[in-house]
Amino acid sequence: MTIDELRDIRKRALESYGRYEAALMVCTGTACVANRAFSLVDAFRDELKKRNLVDRFLVVPTGCNGFCAQGPVVVVQPEGIFYAKVSGADAEEIVEKHLLGGEPVQRLHYRVNGVPVPLMKDIRFFAKQKFLALRHKGVIDPEKIEDYIRVGGYQVVYDVLTSGTPTGVVDEVTASGIRGRGGGGFPTGVKWRSCVEAVRRTGNEPFVVCNADEGDPGAFMDCGILEADPHSVIEGMIIGAFAVGASQGFVYIRKEYPLAMKRLVKAISQARELGLLGSDILGTGFDFDVVVHRGAGSFVCGESSALMASMAGNVGEPRAKYVRSVEKGYKDMPTVLNNVETWANIPLIMEKGARWFAAIGTGDVTENPWNGSSGTKVFSLAGDVRNVGLVEVPMGTSLREIIFDIGGGMADGRKFKAVQTGGPSGGVLPEEKLDLPVDFDTLTKAGSMMGSGGMVVMNDKTCMVQVAAYFVNFLKDESCGKCTPCREGLVAIGSILRRIMEGEGREEDPDLLREYGQTMRESSLCGLGQTAANPVLSTLSYFREEYEAHIMEKRCPAGKCKMLIKYDIDPEKCTGCTVCASRCPVDAITGSPGKVHVIDDTKCIRCGLCREVCNFDAVEVE
Amino acid sequence: MIDIEKVDEIIDKWGCDPDFVIEMFQDVQDHFRYIPRKALERIADRTGKPRGKLFHIVTFYKAFSLEPRGEKEIQVCMGTACYVRGAPDVLAAMERELGIKSGKTTADGKFTLSEVRCLGACGMAPVVTVDGRVYGRVGSSDIPGIIREMRRPQ
Repeated sequence: MTIDELRDIRKRALESYGRYEAALMVCTGTACVANRAFSLVDAFRDELKKRNLVDRFLVVPTGCNGFCAQGPVVVVQPEGIFYAKVSGADAEEIVEKHLLGGEPVQRLHYRVNGVPVPLMKDIRFFAKQKFLALRHKGVIDPEKIEDYIRVGGYQVVYDVLTSGTPTGVVDEVTASGIRGRGGGGFPTGVKWRSCVEAVRRTGNEPFVVCNADEGDPGAFMDCGILEADPHSVIEGMIIGAFAVGASQGFVYIRKEYPLAMKRLVKAISQARELGLLGSDILGTGFDFDVVVHRGAGSFVCGESSALMASMAGNVGEPRAKYVRSVEKGYKDMPTVLNNVETWANIPLIMEKGARWFAAIGTGDVTENPWNGSSGTKVFSLAGDVRNVGLVEVPMGTSLREIIFDIGGGMADGRKFKAVQTGGPSGGVLPEEKLDLPVDFDTLTKAGSMMGSGGMVVMNDKTCMVQVAAYFVNFLKDESCGKCTPCREGLVAIGSILRRIMEGEGREEDPDLLREYGQTMRESSLCGLGQTAANPVLSTLSYFREEYEAHIMEKRCPAGKCKMLIKYDIDPEKCTGCTVCASRCPVDAITGSPGKVHVIDDTKCIRCGLCREVCNFDAVEVE
Repeated sequence: MIDIEKVDEIIDKWGCDPDFVIEMFQDVQDHFRYIPRKALERIADRTGKPRGKLFHIVTFYKAFSLEPRGEKEIQVCMGTACYVRGAPDVLAAMERELGIKSGKTTADGKFTLSEVRCLGACGMAPVVTVDGRVYGRVGSSDIPGIIREMRRPQ
C-alpha cells in the first residue's frame, strides 16, 4: 500500500462515518462483556434493521469505556450522552425515543444522589482524566482497521519512516522523558539507545518485543488498551523497530485475556493485509512484522529474561542480569522490551512531539528522563471503591484525587483503610499517605510503588495480615524456584503469617518477618524475589498495631481471620425468618420460625454465608 | 491410545518449530484436556527437544495438566480486587458444593475447579467463570444456583 491509498481509506472512512446521524458506542471491554454487552450490540443492530434505520444510525462495539462500575455502558455520539447499566431490553426505547424522537432516555442516565448527569463530559469520573494511551477508547471499533485509520492511524508511521531518522526517533523518545509503563520506570529512549549501541558493537540483528503478560492481580490496564486500541500498540512497535533497526517483533500476551488476544491477532492480520506490516511498509522500503506468543499461565514470565526464555519455547526462568536483555535478550540478540502502555504512547509522542509530552506530568525531563515522570499513567481502580474502572491521569495526580474524586470514594458506605498499589511487588498505603502524588519515584519512597498501575482500594473490613499473606501465597505459587532466597523466603514468611492469622503468632514474629524480607530484597535473583516482601514490609510499617492485635490479643480487628472470630446472632435484630438456618451448609444454626436463632459455635465453619443472606444485619462477628 | 494424528496435526500447525512447543502444548491441552505422555514424547521426537525439558515445561506452566481435566472448567478469580471483595468465601462455597478442593476434578469428570489470578474484569468482582462464561458480583449464596445451572443438560 502507498501513502495515497492510506489517505484514501481515511477519506472514505470519514465520509462513511459522517453520513450517520448518530453513533451508538457500546462498550465491549471484558467487564461489560461479562454483563452481556455483545447481546446489547446485537439488540441495537436488530432494532435498527427492523426499523430500516441502518443507513442513519451506526452501532460501534468499542473497547473499554473505563467506567466499569456502570456497565454495560453506551455513549451516543456526537452528543456524548452517557447511558449506564443498559440491557438488551432497553435498545428499543433508546432507538425510539432518543435516536428518532430526540429525547434522551432519562431513566438510563448515570445519577449522583438521584440527580441525572446526561453528558459523559459532565460526569466527575471522567472530568479529571486525561487520555493519551487510552485516546481511542470508546471512539473506534478495535476490530476495524479503517476506524483506526479514520482517526489518523498509521499516518505518523509514514512520516517517521520517510522524513525521520532512527537517531532522530531515539532522541525524540528520550526527550519526551517517557519511562517504562510496566512498572520498572526505565527511560524508554535510554533503553533504545543501548540497543542501537549493542547492535553497532556486535553487528547482531535486534528484536522488539511488547510485554502484554500483565500478571499483577487486580490490574487490567494493558488488557484495556489492547481491547480498545490494538493498532496503537502495533504502530508504536513499528516506530520502535525503525529506531533500533529491527525487522521482527513479538507480542507476549497472557492467556487469561482471550478478548484482548483476539483483537490483537485480528489487528495484526488486518495491518498485514493492508501492507502496514510485512515488507516495504507504505512503500518506504522498511520491513517489519509481528508474531504473537501466548503465555501459559506463569506470573514470572512478565520479567524480561523469563519472558524471552518463554518466547523461545523454554521454561520461564529469569537469569541473573549481569548483561541486560537489551544487549543480549531473545536468542541472545539485542532486544527492546516495552510494555503495552509504553508502546501505545509512542505514536502520540512522535505525532505531537517530545516537548508536548514532557510538559504533562512531573519534573523537567527534557534534559534527563530520570528527573521526573512525564505523560500520563493508566490505572485500574478496583476493590472497595465506588467507581471501579480504568482511569488515566497525568503523572503526579494524588492518590486522594484518584480514589475520592474520580473513584467517587468508598463503596457500601464503609471507611477507607488502605490502598494497594503496584501489585505483588508494591505495597499498602494508609490514609495519611493519600496526598502523595503518584509517579515513578514518590510511592517507592513511601514503601510501595506505582508499578504497572494496579490500584486496589480496601475498606475497614480488610485484614492487613491477610492481605500480606495473600500476596505472599500468590508469589510462593509463582516463584520459579531457581534462587534460594525467593523460594525459601516466601515459604518461611508464609508460614509465619499463617500462624499469626491462626492465633499462634509469637512476639518476635514482626521482627523476624522484617529480617527475612530484607534478606530477600538483597539477595534474590530477579525483581520478583527482590520485591516480594514489600506487601509484608509495608503492612508492617503502617499497620503494626493490627499485627500486634493478632499476636498479643489473639484478635483480628477487621473480623476476617477465621480462627480468631466467632459468629453470633443479635437477638434484638433476629426476626426468626429461618433464611440463615436453611442456608447454613453445616446445619450449625437452630431456631424455629418467628424465634431468635442461635449459632452452634462447635459446628460453625465461619463461612459467612448466614451473614451474607441475613436481611436484617442480625449476624455479627466477634 | 490417544489420537497421535491429531498431535501431528498440531505439531505441523506450528511448523515443527521448537520455539513453539508451548503453543503446541496449549493446543494439545485444549484438545485432550491434558498432556498425554504419548503426545509429549511425539513432540520431543519431532522437534528434537529433550523429553526432560518438555516435562519441565508442562510442569512449570499452570496451563498444563498431566491428568485429564473436567469437561467444564470452573475458575474462581483470586485477583486482588476479587480477593478483597470476598473471593475466598466464594471459593470455599464452590469447594463445598462440588465436594472437591481447588485444583481438583470431580469424580464424574464433569468439573475442574481452579483459581485464576485476575481476568481483568475487576469491575465485576468477585468473578467466577465457567468455560469462559463470566459470572460477576458473585456471593457465596449464589454458588448452589450456578452449579445447578451447570449440571443441567445443555
